[in-house]
Amino acid sequence: MSGATLPAAAPLAAPRRMGHGAFWLASALAALALVAALRALGSEYAYFAATFVLQYVVLATAWNILGGYAGYVNFGAAAFFAAGAYTTVAVGKAFGLPLLPCIAAAALVGGALGLGTGVLTLRLRGAYFAIATLCLSVVLQTLVVNWDFVGGSRGAYVVRPREVPWPFDSYGGFLCAVMVGLAAGAVAIARTVEKSRLGLGLAALRDDEAAAEAAGVPTLRLKLVATTISGAMMAVAGAPLPYLGSYIEPNSAFGLAYGVNAIAMPLIGGTSSWAGPLVGAVLLASLQQAATVTISSAANLLIVGVVLVVFVCAAPHGIVGLFRGQR
Amino acid sequence: MSGVGDAPGDGEVVLRAEGVGMRFGGFAALSGVDLTVRAGERLGLIGPNGSGKSTFTNCLAGVYPGHEGAFAFRGERLGKLSPHERARRGLARTFQLPRPFRGLTVIENIRVPLAYAGRHEATETRAMACLEGVDLAGKAHRLPRELTQVELRRLELARATALDPVLLIADEAMAGLSHAEVDQILALLFRLNEAGTTIIMIEHVMRAVTEFSQRLAVLVAGRKVADGAPREVLAMPAVEEAYLGR
Repeated sequence: MSGATLPAAAPLAAPRRMGHGAFWLASALAALALVAALRALGSEYAYFAATFVLQYVVLATAWNILGGYAGYVNFGAAAFFAAGAYTTVAVGKAFGLPLLPCIAAAALVGGALGLGTGVLTLRLRGAYFAIATLCLSVVLQTLVVNWDFVGGSRGAYVVRPREVPWPFDSYGGFLCAVMVGLAAGAVAIARTVEKSRLGLGLAALRDDEAAAEAAGVPTLRLKLVATTISGAMMAVAGAPLPYLGSYIEPNSAFGLAYGVNAIAMPLIGGTSSWAGPLVGAVLLASLQQAATVTISSAANLLIVGVVLVVFVCAAPHGIVGLFRGQR
Repeated sequence: MSGVGDAPGDGEVVLRAEGVGMRFGGFAALSGVDLTVRAGERLGLIGPNGSGKSTFTNCLAGVYPGHEGAFAFRGERLGKLSPHERARRGLARTFQLPRPFRGLTVIENIRVPLAYAGRHEATETRAMACLEGVDLAGKAHRLPRELTQVELRRLELARATALDPVLLIADEAMAGLSHAEVDQILALLFRLNEAGTTIIMIEHVMRAVTEFSQRLAVLVAGRKVADGAPREVLAMPAVEEAYLGR
């Protein structure tokens, strides 16, 4: 035989990237700057609008950990979101706990729900997995509608505490600051997952599950980890919801808008990177909020649909993909 | 020819397959295949299309856990071990059609087995060494879609070698390649074998099989019909009949 080989070209330099610690620090600083800027505005509407947009940043970022990184499309985002919201109602009512412990409880409930869903459904793929997650939303909503302790189909009122934690001047400002913190944490978690060994394994199984297994990747275990993290974060996104409107009922908590937005925002921003859901959520949620106050809240899903169709046709890898050479 | 199921030489037995069979509904794709492979050996596994070569590979790799019979790898029964657990034990495979992780760069493709097989630290240096072994270091930060067909085959081999395999199954690694490209892949496989990797080559390119293999096993309609020195095996009437007809 001939010993044919090709001449080796000089290796290209790998792009440098920020370490995990530096990114967490940068996220914390960005969160502080945002809270300070909103405080300077001092408007209750600004607090509300920012909280509305940031809850979608958390939701879309959380969805993307399973849907974007691992390629498993979850149509049941609203179920996890509502599970977080109703955990706040249930834990608050049962133990009289304030918002922050309720958010921690929501993370536990969402994580357990994610793990359970994963165990039951992750041997399914593609459309079958998506349909199974859609069923989860229907099952959970039926349970909540029939659970009187959290208001059942009538819904539940959640009264904001009179005492506002220091150094905030209103509960709306405190709620907004909490959501800023959650959004910064969600983005930092997503980026840590993406750049870690876990993210590498998820990217491999997203591209080719059989090849990933052959390369030593424990695909089932990784998918369970992803569903658990994603579920916990989606529930965290929904945990402050009862305090945002002071009222919650099953039809709105399990609303189609949450499920659709959780998918549309990462798709529009780009699913392969932590920045995609952030960009998509800020863009789409701001647009919806603007439409709500200028046209009608009924136009929200129409806007999502139109923007999604435009991006699927013009930029299938999302806004971030446009700048990254469609990777 | 040596006895059926026996490998020549007296090296450590790396793989022992006993009565391996696989049925898809009423169709027996593989029946009672016995095979022994020794350390450092270069075995050619050949047979016409549909003879069961890929089914055998998938059974061995853990893709079809419900197969009949048993595999022992370095003395350990593989049983129901999943594909990734087999890969971590040093059982590597390539696919008939290259299956790179298309969203990852070339070097990230190599970092996947390095990070998960746990046999080596997944350093950039180690990943680059794997790529240098297949002359792909210059394209480390490219995406697979920017590679040619032969480069994709080499990436496939690099990903398998990143597992630091004891046994490599090269499943039609030369299909569709030109004469010169076949030589490139052959050179890589010889280099791997010289470094101590036992290799099972599944191939239709007979020039490559005869040049590479120390021993040939032939599957026809899911059964092993021959096993021995390449020249003797290729002269056997049953093998001629399988390839050329009566």
